[in-house]
Amino acid sequence: MAAITASRARGRPRTAARSRRGLKLRQNLTAHAFLFGALVSFGLFTWYPMVREVVMSFQRTKRGRTSWVGLDNLRRIVHDPAFWHAWGNTLRFTLLALVLGFALPFLIAVLLNELRHARAYLRVLVYLPVMLPPVAGVLLFKYCYDPNYGLFDHLLRALHLPTSAWLNSPGSAMLSVVIAATWMNMGGATLIYLAALQGIPGELYEAAELDGAGLLRKVWHVTIPQTRLILSLLLLLQLVATMQVFVEPYLLTGGDGPQDSTLTVVNLVYQYAFNFGNYGSAAALGLVMLLVLAGFSALYVRLSRAED
Amino acid sequence: MAAAEPQPRTLISATQLNRPMGRLVYWTVLVLVVGGFTLVFLGPLYWLVTGGLKSTAEVIQNPPTLIPAHPRPSTYSEAWSKLGLGRLLFNTLYYAFGALLLQLVFDVAAAYALSKLRPVLGNLILGMMLATLMIPSAVLIVPQYLTVLDLPVLHLNLINTPWAIWLPTVANAFNIFLLKRFFDSIPEELLAAAAIDGAGPLRTLRSIVLPMSRPILGVVAIFAVVNVWKDFLWPMLVEPDPRHQPLNIGINSLATGVPQNVVIAALAIASAPTIVFFLIFQRSIMSGLTSGGLKG
Repeated sequence: MAAITASRARGRPRTAARSRRGLKLRQNLTAHAFLFGALVSFGLFTWYPMVREVVMSFQRTKRGRTSWVGLDNLRRIVHDPAFWHAWGNTLRFTLLALVLGFALPFLIAVLLNELRHARAYLRVLVYLPVMLPPVAGVLLFKYCYDPNYGLFDHLLRALHLPTSAWLNSPGSAMLSVVIAATWMNMGGATLIYLAALQGIPGELYEAAELDGAGLLRKVWHVTIPQTRLILSLLLLLQLVATMQVFVEPYLLTGGDGPQDSTLTVVNLVYQYAFNFGNYGSAAALGLVMLLVLAGFSALYVRLSRAED
Repeated sequence: MAAAEPQPRTLISATQLNRPMGRLVYWTVLVLVVGGFTLVFLGPLYWLVTGGLKSTAEVIQNPPTLIPAHPRPSTYSEAWSKLGLGRLLFNTLYYAFGALLLQLVFDVAAAYALSKLRPVLGNLILGMMLATLMIPSAVLIVPQYLTVLDLPVLHLNLINTPWAIWLPTVANAFNIFLLKRFFDSIPEELLAAAAIDGAGPLRTLRSIVLPMSRPILGVVAIFAVVNVWKDFLWPMLVEPDPRHQPLNIGINSLATGVPQNVVIAALAIASAPTIVFFLIFQRSIMSGLTSGGLKG
């Protein structure tokens, strides 16, 4: 391209600048024509809604009339006891989900990496639930949790263990939701860890063995440091994802559970907006969540840059 | 069971494994893992499929039966007709492949423009697109819903139309980033040669860039379909009319008034396409997941 422009410029010195500008303009127009569809979609569905979210959080709409109310929405949601409930539950969900959903895939990946047989089969198995439509996964668990005929209580009884009320008691409802969510979602993390583990040079283990390291020390001093970056990236990614949990509690417990025990922040946003029609409060709560998660997101971006 | 693959050095050394004791431990663990995983991950699916064959009484019977006493395939046809699964399945496919088409056309075009045509403000646009990756999707649900309710400038109401699902899927910064990075690796000289031969940008895209990008297009396509197939909250909001609902929403809202064995059969039917899809494309899905899935 540059060569053509240059030869043209030599041939017709006087109009060179203008034609080059014309060419540049045409190129730009073409490029923006290619960008058009994506720009429309981004404009309508992420950029404009982002601005609108901020504006809405300072407004209230009553009987079709919109007025500015300053920080009133924020004040209101903070004084709603559901706000603290929802944050408490969300943090509880996140902690439980990290203990289960973060540690378990890593353990499974380490285990699978050691096995020399049936690897393809096991990999497919672990990822299978991720492909299920969420309604199938969730209703499956709902039947298993059922106190009358549920599979889980039956298994516990067969093993002479105490049964649980699962979703029906405020004490165990959240844990039940986490178990279901972990089963449905951990395949992705497991496979990413597995790929990371396969990148660890074997000599490191050999060197550790020469120094007399046992199994646990090898995990602690070789496996974990070698996969540290992936581990921390996935930790952040899961933090951001689990704090936005909606579908599992919504489908399993109707969104709030016994005594609001599974009401999460996104469920509360949903309730404000779509049950009470209070868009201002929903927007304000959404912004609070954005601020909380922005810190994690920024950290993620910094870490993933470091990886590149 | 697959034969042993040549194995790079991992935690446990080959010599350790070849000792009698090592072998014993290894095989015990292997059997436990294969058995346990089959039970945990395949068991529920078995329960779904066989549950759909049981009678209502047998499904809620305690203790549960492992094999249906009197298999009744008719439950499946009952689920199909009672819950209108044909309609729901068609809607899901319609949304998924429409979204796929729009994403392929517009995200590829955008990535190509940003990578090879380099317009003014291109970097700013890319930056603004990537910035949306940092916004938790749940935060934007409410304003997005209001946008669909009354589209700015045009004042269209997209509720209950497929566009409400199709259009937002194009705003996928991750796809554009993935595609742009791939296009960046295509040598400039190839494109310059095409330009000298008189090919316009569209022609270059079609006959040089796209044929070279098959693997990445496959990854983008698979995730486009899977994402629509799995989405729940958004279609629930924007497709309230039962005639327009996809599987996830339709089954959930219809599940209450129907006998349980019928619901279970419906769930089995709803899961079958994605499972088959996964088994066919598992290699691409897994490589897409591990190569592009992490860096955002």
